[in-house]
Amino acid sequence: MDDEPRDDAAAAALGAPRFSIEVRNLTKSFAELRAVDDISFSIASGETAALLGANGAGKTTTIAMLIGLLIPDSGAITVLGEDMLRHRHRVLGRINLSSPYIDMPRRLTVEENLKVFARLYGLGNIAARIEELAEELDMGALLRRPSGTLSSGQHSRMALAKALINKPEVVFLDEPTASLDPDTADRIRTYLMDYQARENATIFLASHNMAEVERMCTTVMIMKGGRIERSGSPRQLIEHFGRANLEEVFLDIARARGAQ
Amino acid sequence: MTGRESARRSSAPFSAERTGAMVLRYVYILRGSWPRIIELAYWPLMQVVLWGFISKFLATNSSWVAQGAGVLIGAVLLWDVLFRGQLGFSVSFLEEMWSRNLANLFVSPLRPYEFVVALSLMSVIRTVIGVVPAALLAILFYHYSIFDLGLPLIAFFFLLLMLGWAVGLLITALIMRFGLGAESLAWIAMFAVAPVSGVFYPVGTLPEWLQMVSWALPSAYVFEGMRAIIFDAAVRWDYMLAALALDLVYLAAAGAFFLYSFHVSRRDGLLMKVGE
Repeated sequence: MDDEPRDDAAAAALGAPRFSIEVRNLTKSFAELRAVDDISFSIASGETAALLGANGAGKTTTIAMLIGLLIPDSGAITVLGEDMLRHRHRVLGRINLSSPYIDMPRRLTVEENLKVFARLYGLGNIAARIEELAEELDMGALLRRPSGTLSSGQHSRMALAKALINKPEVVFLDEPTASLDPDTADRIRTYLMDYQARENATIFLASHNMAEVERMCTTVMIMKGGRIERSGSPRQLIEHFGRANLEEVFLDIARARGAQ
Repeated sequence: MTGRESARRSSAPFSAERTGAMVLRYVYILRGSWPRIIELAYWPLMQVVLWGFISKFLATNSSWVAQGAGVLIGAVLLWDVLFRGQLGFSVSFLEEMWSRNLANLFVSPLRPYEFVVALSLMSVIRTVIGVVPAALLAILFYHYSIFDLGLPLIAFFFLLLMLGWAVGLLITALIMRFGLGAESLAWIAMFAVAPVSGVFYPVGTLPEWLQMVSWALPSAYVFEGMRAIIFDAAVRWDYMLAALALDLVYLAAAGAFFLYSFHVSRRDGLLMKVGE
């Protein structure tokens, strides 16, 4: 996250926005519940950022607004330099999402599902891209299987393959390694970090796995009651709270203890 | 083509490729499940068998049916075009609800109207799979060919499909807004149209006040048009034009309602919550 004054001229000279994601005064309520309460942040291009928080803190609502699935009550969202509230179709082909709250047709094979999404994203050499992802995510043996027959770990890899099918410049991941065994989860993290470095992609994830966030992310935002309570690098937060790791920081904030 | 080049292309306002991708997705489902294909043809076949025997009986006991050979079988086949057209549209949409896939679709570059075009194309495919075997059965068993209606049959087919799409759009909009609790509408809604469409009897049979409702439906003009060909050997182009005008009005209204429901679903966060 970077709250320094923007240098749009310099960014324009480089041909790309300095920030992949910019959020200003974002608010969303459902009936009496204020799910997201006036949050603002910016995520630099090529950064990996995490949104942490207890269940119901507003993480999924925030991600849903960032990708255009949910219309905010007020505020502004810019992704890859485009206003998501007015021109989201200009940017949807350059971003993607994986979330445990959504699924893919279970009667279709993994390959069929990926082919459909490859066409939706207008890819050229679809077979090559699917083969590439199958190799990178170790899912070659799964391609011909109906997705409804996959284990939860295999299903997560298929969802990740779908989220990366278009080589997105910004990828939103909600609980990317939930339900994966430690070995597979570790490989997925390594793969995502490689992908981020190789494509200079921005990764924005919501996770409950603090070790994962510490390892992968340069910026962490901790949400509580719809607001961003704390933000900074994992190291900054750990030092600020005088704790040994991010999990202890998270617990301090969730239980309203520690440094103010 | 690199991923980023294709991403730039994917911002086009309309894409046949995206629409085709959705049709491909539904074809994969049909191809992978022969019971589904059989189910598509099953009800139209049973309807034709039933109404074929009723027609044979009435041909010797009713001068009206005797004068218009095949009028009831023709009616049941055209009714199935309307019903299957709507059902084909709605069920394809329900596939996305059942598989919790709507959010995946709408974070992709797919536009809502491309989705609607894909649903309409699937409605045509499902209707043809359902109705053509029944039409062939009618020729084989009862020596009645609906294809004897000639070129107007093509007009009837599309005029009824358009009404099916309009009703399908309305139902999918309601399901998107109110969730799978409204799912049964997909199977029952069209039956409210049947009595006032004059499927098996002339519109004049209805009470006068109900005839006004009937003439507000494109289907009434189609079924009256079919009877005009069978009984009078007359092609009523005026009926067809009236049906087309009404279809366009209903499609426009249903399309606007669908887009409004899509907006409400995005406003209320319903797209991520749908599913079984």
